[in-house]
Amino acid sequence: MNGVDLLTAVALFAAAFATIAVGAWGGRFSRTTSDFLVASRAVGPRWNAAAVSGEYLSAASFLGVAGLIAKYGADALWYPVGFTAGYLGLLLFVAAPLRRSGAYTVPDFAEFRLSSTAVRKTAMVVVVVVCVLYLIPQFQGAGLTLNILLGVPVWVGGVAVGTIVIVNVVGGGMRSITFVQAFQYWLKLTAIAIPTLVLIGVFAGDPQPVGDPAPPRVSAPTTVDVTTDVVVTVTEPKGVRITGTLDGTEVHARVPTPGRHVIEADSVIALDAGAATPVVDGAPVDGSDWVASGDGFGDRHPLFQVLSLVIATFLGVMGLPHVLVRFYTNPDGRTARRTALAAIALLSLFYLFPVLLGVFSRLYVPELLITGASDAAVLLLPSATIGGPAGQALAALVAAGAIAAFLATSSGLLVSVAGALSTDVLRGRVRDFRVAAVAGGGIAVALSLAAGSLELSRTVGLVFAVAASTLCPLLVLGIWWRGLTAPGAIAGLVVGGLSSGIATSLAIAGVVDDSVLDGWLSVVVGYPAAVTVPLAFGTMILVSLATRSRLPGDLSRTFARMHVPERVGMGIDRLPGRADDEPGRDRTADGPSTEGPDRHPRG
Amino acid sequence: MSQNPPQRERVVLAQRRGARMVRTRVEVQEQTEIGDALVRGLMRAQLGLGLRLGLGLVVVVVAIPLLVFAFPEVAAATVFGIRVTWIALGLLAYPVIYLMGLLYVRLAENAERDFMSLVDDEESEVGGGP
Repeated sequence: MNGVDLLTAVALFAAAFATIAVGAWGGRFSRTTSDFLVASRAVGPRWNAAAVSGEYLSAASFLGVAGLIAKYGADALWYPVGFTAGYLGLLLFVAAPLRRSGAYTVPDFAEFRLSSTAVRKTAMVVVVVVCVLYLIPQFQGAGLTLNILLGVPVWVGGVAVGTIVIVNVVGGGMRSITFVQAFQYWLKLTAIAIPTLVLIGVFAGDPQPVGDPAPPRVSAPTTVDVTTDVVVTVTEPKGVRITGTLDGTEVHARVPTPGRHVIEADSVIALDAGAATPVVDGAPVDGSDWVASGDGFGDRHPLFQVLSLVIATFLGVMGLPHVLVRFYTNPDGRTARRTALAAIALLSLFYLFPVLLGVFSRLYVPELLITGASDAAVLLLPSATIGGPAGQALAALVAAGAIAAFLATSSGLLVSVAGALSTDVLRGRVRDFRVAAVAGGGIAVALSLAAGSLELSRTVGLVFAVAASTLCPLLVLGIWWRGLTAPGAIAGLVVGGLSSGIATSLAIAGVVDDSVLDGWLSVVVGYPAAVTVPLAFGTMILVSLATRSRLPGDLSRTFARMHVPERVGMGIDRLPGRADDEPGRDRTADGPSTEGPDRHPRG
Repeated sequence: MSQNPPQRERVVLAQRRGARMVRTRVEVQEQTEIGDALVRGLMRAQLGLGLRLGLGLVVVVVAIPLLVFAFPEVAAATVFGIRVTWIALGLLAYPVIYLMGLLYVRLAENAERDFMSLVDDEESEVGGGP
């Protein structure tokens, strides 16, 4: 283990240890089920916004966004914009009414709104599926990161992160991870901001052309190991030598001809200093194509890809259980809104940095474009550009941020899985919560080892599409439309879940050839939201209209509860086992009491 | 003057106001027709607000890829050597999203304040319990 590895390992352990320590500190008073599920609904907007952002900024944001920008250029800017704009949708349509409903999980909201245990169970299954799908790229990202940084086998990272997360969640539930996640937002921001600022300094000291009509070039002699088969485009063969299997034939130090080539696994590509890097098929080769938008993400229907991605990310946040569960921890609807707004500010600040890192990655580590393993860009940039101890220190800092990203997001997801499973399958006691956390986490770790992988941001984009096609219509229609019925909701969840779920599975398995139906099949499978979201909304509305006789009773009370400010005194915080709590009595924070004459000046 | 008469007057006033307040609240709490209408009014206001802002964002957002698709030369324009699409999506999009959110929070809280003043101060009803 050399110096870089040692420093990085220390940083990784420090980040992991700090996570466990902060969690133990925050969770030392966790006693009741309410502590475990919703942190006793006493988290103020500032802490909560930092926790929401810390939880939300996953490996896909910390590593994936920069990688996609390095690879696809301008169109990849939609990923961070969409990831942020989703919170505006959440704020406009979901945050306050969802909190005021008094529910403690999404399935509980479904039952509250539609008075149907069948809807509750369906929503529970959807929540578990979305969370487990989302956990898979986190654990895979952890495996990749530890593999790159420390050279350990890929499975080690996933298992290590999985174990830490399970221990943390079992220990203190929501109360504990609130502090962990708030801490991790600031850790991640530091870990991405400082390297970016240093690289801005490097770039300013030696400006290089960005967006020239030329391919990316390596600055030093480089060798790249090809571990899975890739298709690359070679523009300038000079200085490029391939050893291994090229286009089906054994070659040794062969200089390829310009054009498309298949390079098989276990080949080695050697690049001389100044050689033009071959670029993975589908990504723009010239800087001028890369800097221009409109080419999408390497497919034949770029406009559809971008629009579908926009739909998935804008609406998907509304359906992410681990984000929604954080809004139940607010004291009231007003603080829920303010939490969403503050989260937008924190995310906006964060996403400035991965965009810049993506640009720098194309300049300084273009060899990643050969294999398309662009998720590694952020991890490799500091040591590649700034040598010596400073580069090592930055690399260690980035590593700590990456591990924080995996830990924060997976903790939040696991709390959601455990919350849904323990209250809907088990009996809702603290012990059940712990059992569910161990089971859910274990399943996700196993799946992450078994499943294939795409780029982190792409996988996460697909999970957003599933969320946008299932829980988003349930919440939006449930909150704003009195006509929603239980059969309508179930039909919509099933249709949206199956269509988007099948598309996601096919895309991850990579079995759809892009020549079918002029490429439309593969683009719909890869970016399904533009089809599946309208399908889910439409199904919910039509089936509800057809089953009008099944409208739940007492709609006026349900809607008044969701939309009327808490001061009127209608709010009831639900909890497993005591659904008819006293109205508003367990508010602990700054909110005014809910009954009696209003003592505040009005105007 | 002794202190008794003003004291008595204040108590009576407070009871009247209190009674009225509680009654209008009860209208909402018990979902009488008036209470339900009030809630529907609040919902309409909030939903209209959300839809207007959401639609505004959608128009802007959908316009960008369509413009780029239709007029590639617009997207090739640069400011300080940086493409307008990079400036728009990499930098300007975030303050726009935040300001829309801020506007929504302000207006939504205003709507709630209006609702509460209706519930607490409504003068048009004649006495009598619900």
